[in-house]
Amino acid sequence: MDTSRSHVVLDDADIGRAIRRIAHEIVERARGSEDLVLLGVPTRGVPLAHRIAEAIASTEGRSVPVGSLDITLYRDDLRLRPARALEYTSIPPEGIDAKTIILVDDVLFSGRTVRAALDALNDLGRPAAVRLAVLIDRGHRELPIRPDFVGKNIPTSIVEEVRVEVAEIDGVDRVTILGASDDRGDQR
Amino acid sequence: MKHLLSAGDLTRDDAILILDTATELATVTDRSVKKLPTLRGRTVVNLFFEDSTRTRISFEVAAKRLSADVINFAAKGSSVSKGESLKDTALTLEAIGADAVVIRHGSSGAPHRLAKAGWIGGSVINAGDGTHEHPTQALLDAFTLRRHLREGRGDLTGIRVTIVGDVLHSRVARSNVLLLRTLGAHVTVVAPPTLLPFGISAWPCDVTYDMDSALPEADAVMMLRVQGERMRAAYFPSANEYSRAYGLDAQRLRAMRPDSIIMHPGPMNRGMEISADVADSDRSVIVEQVANGVSVRMAVLYLLLGGDMKGQG
Repeated sequence: MDTSRSHVVLDDADIGRAIRRIAHEIVERARGSEDLVLLGVPTRGVPLAHRIAEAIASTEGRSVPVGSLDITLYRDDLRLRPARALEYTSIPPEGIDAKTIILVDDVLFSGRTVRAALDALNDLGRPAAVRLAVLIDRGHRELPIRPDFVGKNIPTSIVEEVRVEVAEIDGVDRVTILGASDDRGDQR
Repeated sequence: MKHLLSAGDLTRDDAILILDTATELATVTDRSVKKLPTLRGRTVVNLFFEDSTRTRISFEVAAKRLSADVINFAAKGSSVSKGESLKDTALTLEAIGADAVVIRHGSSGAPHRLAKAGWIGGSVINAGDGTHEHPTQALLDAFTLRRHLREGRGDLTGIRVTIVGDVLHSRVARSNVLLLRTLGAHVTVVAPPTLLPFGISAWPCDVTYDMDSALPEADAVMMLRVQGERMRAAYFPSANEYSRAYGLDAQRLRAMRPDSIIMHPGPMNRGMEISADVADSDRSVIVEQVANGVSVRMAVLYLLLGGDMKGQG
């Protein structure tokens, strides 16, 4: 990482506060935590979904089902690169029919991941509602998609890269903006 | 990877990627909508010069679950019965725009010829060629072994597999020996000397004529079909005698470890290489092998056709 051109925009305390606030907003919007199902989009959406679920459980006193939803097979850019390995999908045993699904991802950028996730959900069942929670909204949408719950809005230049690191995977909680894009990370 | 011609071409990482992908794709079978949009607009041709039940249906279902268009081509009822060559058949498939050709052929090496001759631009998947190879069968067998003996993860290091029967005519045996070895399993091949191929000593496995010595420590026993249609000579005195020396019956099952599994690539000759009560016992995973075949073939089709096909060697 070129540290001279990067700066940290959220540290672990900021991320913790953002997650707790998102959890409160989800419960407020749903008027409780019944029939909620959190689905993280791999890779980093999954630990974020688990943390939001823990935050909901600690205030509401009841656990919320958490799963992961891999969207690789629904991507619209599969033909642009060699076939990629699949991530893990696990839908809670309660299913998604008639539930309020909260999709959780680390960065909202073009919106194409979310479109793919909506297609994937459509094949899995019929939720009562689907809402979107993201830690970072960096703008530059290419589809008419907006988040319902946002940790932080970070206006970025298209050439910048937003890197989200989470302790479960990267050993540290941190969000960094890198000056020059190296075509990795949040590009989906 | 552009083609899948031989199980021996797969590295350990390739094989594990296919098995892991198949594990994820297996969940599609449990869903209400058993369909993924991944291969929409791709055309897969099932080119079958030899009869097949399981493999052809399984490839067809796999391609359809991934939303590919499927063309089934059987030599019977096509211009092949009028004497059309493999080359002209291939050029026809290229002209209609096949992205992948799944080929089964009675001649060993036909898929290799199809892939390397420059007749077609798409991927070639070997669905069984003569007495040579059947790589997707080996992959589904490895998938089944891994699911039962390794909790569906990693490789097969330390697993002992005994393969019994008509190794001479078996493409399943060769592909399995190559792949299981790559994945770290230890393979013992059991057959009468007349049903072992020339050069078996060079295979990465142990060889014995005595079935009873190879059963007690096996984690899995794979029974091979006695391929009567390929036999143009007498390889054993009688079916009864073969069955007595190399058939898996209830008595031999009792000599095996209680947690071991019984496999058979199908079609079975019940009463010949495997008795009906063993084939239907709770240790038999023969029906599950068929289901796993769909997942594994979905994984192969996805990995060969799902991405950018131009950038592949």
